[in-house]
Amino acid sequence: MVEFQKWRKSESAQGLFLISPTLGFALLLLAVPLIMVVALSFWTQDYLTLDRTFTTANYQAAWTEPMYQYLMARSLKISIFVTASTVFLAYPVAYFISFYVAPKRKAMWIFLITIPFWTSYLMRIFLWKVILGYNGVINGSLTGLGIINEPLSFILYNQNAVVLTLAHAWIPFAILPIFVALERVDRSLIEAAEDLGDSALRRFFRVTLPLSMPGVIAATIIVFIPTIGDYVTPRLVGGPNGLMISNMIELQFKKANNAPLGSALAISAMGIVTFFALAFLWLNRKYVRGPS
Amino acid sequence: MTHPIIRLSGLDKFYGEFQALSQINLDIETGEFFSLLGPSGCGKTTLLRAIAGFETLSSGSLHIDGNSMEGVPANIRPTNMVFQSYAIFPHMSVAENIAYGLKARKLPKAEINASVAEAINMVGLEGFDDRASHALSGGQRQRVALARALVLKPRVLLLDEPLSALDKKLREQMQSELRRLQRAVGITFVLVTHDQEEALTMSDRIAVMFDGKIEQVASPQILYGKPSTRKVASFIGLMNFLDAKVLASSGKNVEVEVQSLGKLTLTLDQATGGLDGCNSVGVRPEMLTILMGSQTSEREVEAEVTEVSYYGDMTYYDVKLPSKQDPITVTMRNTAGREVLEVGAKARIGWSTSSLLLLK
Repeated sequence: MVEFQKWRKSESAQGLFLISPTLGFALLLLAVPLIMVVALSFWTQDYLTLDRTFTTANYQAAWTEPMYQYLMARSLKISIFVTASTVFLAYPVAYFISFYVAPKRKAMWIFLITIPFWTSYLMRIFLWKVILGYNGVINGSLTGLGIINEPLSFILYNQNAVVLTLAHAWIPFAILPIFVALERVDRSLIEAAEDLGDSALRRFFRVTLPLSMPGVIAATIIVFIPTIGDYVTPRLVGGPNGLMISNMIELQFKKANNAPLGSALAISAMGIVTFFALAFLWLNRKYVRGPS
Repeated sequence: MTHPIIRLSGLDKFYGEFQALSQINLDIETGEFFSLLGPSGCGKTTLLRAIAGFETLSSGSLHIDGNSMEGVPANIRPTNMVFQSYAIFPHMSVAENIAYGLKARKLPKAEINASVAEAINMVGLEGFDDRASHALSGGQRQRVALARALVLKPRVLLLDEPLSALDKKLREQMQSELRRLQRAVGITFVLVTHDQEEALTMSDRIAVMFDGKIEQVASPQILYGKPSTRKVASFIGLMNFLDAKVLASSGKNVEVEVQSLGKLTLTLDQATGGLDGCNSVGVRPEMLTILMGSQTSEREVEAEVTEVSYYGDMTYYDVKLPSKQDPITVTMRNTAGREVLEVGAKARIGWSTSSLLLLK
């Protein structure tokens, strides 16, 4: 008891008490569900009961059935497209704010970029439906102007719409890390590159871009990881050909009543995301450290 | 026949309302070690950056090697710069940094490697080729910056306070090394510094700048020995000032009434034109002597010691002259047999008219 009293007053105990609410929250809502999903993925659904004998059949199905392979590949493809287009579009914006906006206005520009977040994500998806729809803003205007005879069908309820909507949603998250990385690029390095004979384009590719790579990689991770598992967007604007792996996971848990297979799919998707995240981290370390 | 490698005429630079440079006229000769010296904010760095091509001129012209630099961007000018922060590319090794400009010129690889190896030898960084730039000390970073610029064999090397980030000992070492390097490569060096000692020891000629204007351009000896104005005199080394009034002048001789010293005649180097505004004389502390025992001097004045700073080899005395409020400084070498005076002691100060400078 004395030992406990002594421990209670120690610094490590106080630290533990301080983080305990957060820790409890994380354990209850993150770790426990995750463990349950992992456990579930090794069991079998037997109509209304769970067969708790260990089996890898769910994983075999998840990795061999063409349907799941196809959906996984499509999810990867869509999130790679989203990530590439988001980062590609975000870079010029971040570059502009960092290099061309007066220092005292930079904070305001960053603030303006967050404006889309003032409405809910769901609202923004519905607005995209309004813009892209069969009788939507784009088709309506183009038809009205006589440029097209019948509404364009490739802009809604397919993968293009998913890519577009997700890219719009994630672009501020890509701009911020790239902006921060660009701000940290010592301007005298760019002047040195100019002094040593490089034209504007060459000094961008030889100095500015390599030095801002940590920001680009951070942006890539931030966009790629959540989009691969996104399920609201494909559900609402994806149509039948735009569905992604998370929609299948939902289907397994609900309509198909096969939580174990859904869990195995979820864990597999997590594994793939982990693989990509680690690859990006490795890249980031390489850039942050420079040549050794 | 040498011609000025850099010719600046009527150069002005405005930042909005603020005039950073005003009417700069300056010729820098081929192969000389030239320094721009002045307090911070005097425009010396702006002038250097204008030569490099990082600042556009508001008016006036800039010629390098006889060619107008108007509209010529920095990457095409025959100048290279050593930045104050050295601006070593953090994502490249020592060799890659030095090869940077050569690669920009798209030279063949073998030629680049040979030039880089030569430059690395020149600055004494053998064996550091593959070292990451963040693993270098301040002195090594500076050597990389020097090698990176010199490997391109520019007509002019611009150095922006290159030694200010180094500690005293390394700074002194780099001063003589820079001088040696400049003689070896024969390239014109233009150095910006706020450190008068650095400018005096390294340069062939120095331009002293205040408030965007060039006050005097001269060799170190002339700048120290014959400063043209009181401003220059007080910026370079220690100088005592005494109020003075010009009474009459004829030819090279000027009759002046000097505070505490009385009426005397000074002989100037040049004819006594433009004596308007001359209201003080300056005298260097080492030109004054504290006379001991039976020593005599051309002229003498009685004074009282008010402060003594003992430096080992030297002693700095503050002495109060009759009819002058502020004390003046006298420095004496502590040679054998010379005693160090105490505060309050009476002293006879020896001086000569030839060591007095008439100043505006």
